[in-house]
Amino acid sequence: MTLADHLPILPVIIPALAAPIVLLVMRRRPTLGVTVSVASCFALLATAIMLMMQVSNGTIFAYAVGEWPAPFGIVLVADRLAAMMLVLTACLALIALLHALVTGADRKGWHFHALFQFQLMGLNGAFLTGDLFNLFVFFEVLLIASYGLMLHGQGPARLKAGVQYVVVNLVGSSLFLIALGMLYALTGTLNMADMGLRVAAVPPEDQGLLRIAALLLVSVFALKAAVAPLHLWLVRTYAVSTPAVAALFAIMTKVGVYSLIRVVPQVFGEGAGAAAWVPAPYLLPAAMVSAIIGFAGVFVARSLSEQAAYAVIGSTGTLLIAVAGWSAESLGAGLYYLAHSTLAAAALFLVADVVARRRGAFGDNASPGPVFAQRGGIALLFMAAAIAATGLPPLSGFIGKLLILKSVAALPDWGWAWGAILGTTFIGVVGFARVGSAVFWKTAGEGTAPAGYATRADLAAPAIALALLAALAAGAGWVSAYTDAAAAQVLDPAQSARAVLTEAGQ
Amino acid sequence: MSYEFLVASAIGVLVAGGIYLALRARTFQVVLGLTLISYAVNLFLFASGRLVVGRPPIWDKAVSQYTDPLPQALVLTAIVITFGMTAFVVILSLRSFLETGSDHVDGDNVPCDAQDGMAGSTAEDGEDTRP
Repeated sequence: MTLADHLPILPVIIPALAAPIVLLVMRRRPTLGVTVSVASCFALLATAIMLMMQVSNGTIFAYAVGEWPAPFGIVLVADRLAAMMLVLTACLALIALLHALVTGADRKGWHFHALFQFQLMGLNGAFLTGDLFNLFVFFEVLLIASYGLMLHGQGPARLKAGVQYVVVNLVGSSLFLIALGMLYALTGTLNMADMGLRVAAVPPEDQGLLRIAALLLVSVFALKAAVAPLHLWLVRTYAVSTPAVAALFAIMTKVGVYSLIRVVPQVFGEGAGAAAWVPAPYLLPAAMVSAIIGFAGVFVARSLSEQAAYAVIGSTGTLLIAVAGWSAESLGAGLYYLAHSTLAAAALFLVADVVARRRGAFGDNASPGPVFAQRGGIALLFMAAAIAATGLPPLSGFIGKLLILKSVAALPDWGWAWGAILGTTFIGVVGFARVGSAVFWKTAGEGTAPAGYATRADLAAPAIALALLAALAAGAGWVSAYTDAAAAQVLDPAQSARAVLTEAGQ
Repeated sequence: MSYEFLVASAIGVLVAGGIYLALRARTFQVVLGLTLISYAVNLFLFASGRLVVGRPPIWDKAVSQYTDPLPQALVLTAIVITFGMTAFVVILSLRSFLETGSDHVDGDNVPCDAQDGMAGSTAEDGEDTRP
């Protein structure tokens, strides 16, 4: 076997090796530790892009860990969707890491870089795994790292939000395990592809159990994605996290959406009896409510970071409106919007931090304060991020929303979906305009802003995020062709089952 | 009464108690509730391989019927994870109590001055008693 054959496991191995190294060298040689951390992120980006190039022709790589054949051992599956999520994670990680290094946020505790690497390991593993229990394990890895990262910097507000965040996620993990236990008892397998084939054979008297298990599993993913009734944990957590960390967390809700997209067509597809497309009737209403709650929150938010957190909920809602169609077109549009909304949310969190660092006691409160350094330039950054988050031209949010509107127009409930998307866009625009004018136009009080903040270096990370969004808009044709192909591949579970159970099963 | 009925009701009682405690206001009760829920989950996972008595989990020439080894491996993983998480959440709630002076999960209803007094005294006590 050459190194290329082992490509699918590298995104898990690289951070898994980097994290302990960083942990060991950080106290004595912080520069070396930071270098390792940055190098690991670059290596991840390179690996992800190589993987993406290999799968872009439609092949599905099934990597049997330890050469244990497929339904018995653990497989990693790299297809278009997984490769896309890996590239997105790596880009986001580099941006967040750059911001943490430039602003010195990583020096507020010893273990920022180690936790950051473990977080990346969990994210990459969750995107790659083809095994349901392994998905749980990687969820736990990324959650445990996220608890540490979320508390990074400490302080009473973070600790209080941290307790709630941890408790909610522990309950979520318990539900995940219950769902897994039921599915294993019913199908006798944990491999997603294998389970997808076996659910059809579940006897009629067990259909009720199957349906309960499927709904439990979907609820857990909905909790991670912060969909409407389960969104309450998100705002407080994200708003008090260190902004560089919050920017990385922008992809955490997308892990829930990804799991939904991955598991539902593969396991609970057409042949699943009582569990066929089980979340379908609930997903669209829940998605619309979360879009409305999210953008209403953008409208009433008291600070820029809180606003960014609400924008995460709103964008996840918009994304799920597209996913709820379960058609190749709408899912393709949704995946394009997923990439966009992750970067847009990260840009919002970073701009909020840039503002807070210059306004002293005013922080990122959505109230007028004294004039602060580089206000004009930052106002432009905020405007660009707001344009991206609400989905106005010329950035990629507009194209994403346009694709979603176009694709859901073919579905039966399109009127509701259009109403929710267009209405929330309007509320979002007004909300961002209100906060933006309060922070950047109005002036109250005399120069209490800390002087001497002359560096512009911390503008780099949000600017890069916005540049990526512009690139996403410029390359929209290529990207949306890729996401359409990824959606078609996800909705054809037979293809991936063949790849997993025959290639890796030898 | 069958074996299955006993295990099922034990799981049910654990979950009921766990949910009740997890919905309480103070962190200690919530942590206990989470622990009960995780016990229930572990039992449930164990039972998902069907309840059989006195059968080997790995291959043996002499026998034709086995107990399912996979749920036992899953339970082991789940126990390790929940054990670590319980330790973490205990420390976290302790830190949260010491820094905010409130052991309420949603500490908004505790008056501010009471919080400060508690935070100060408790933190000092903690340091004084350190050996």
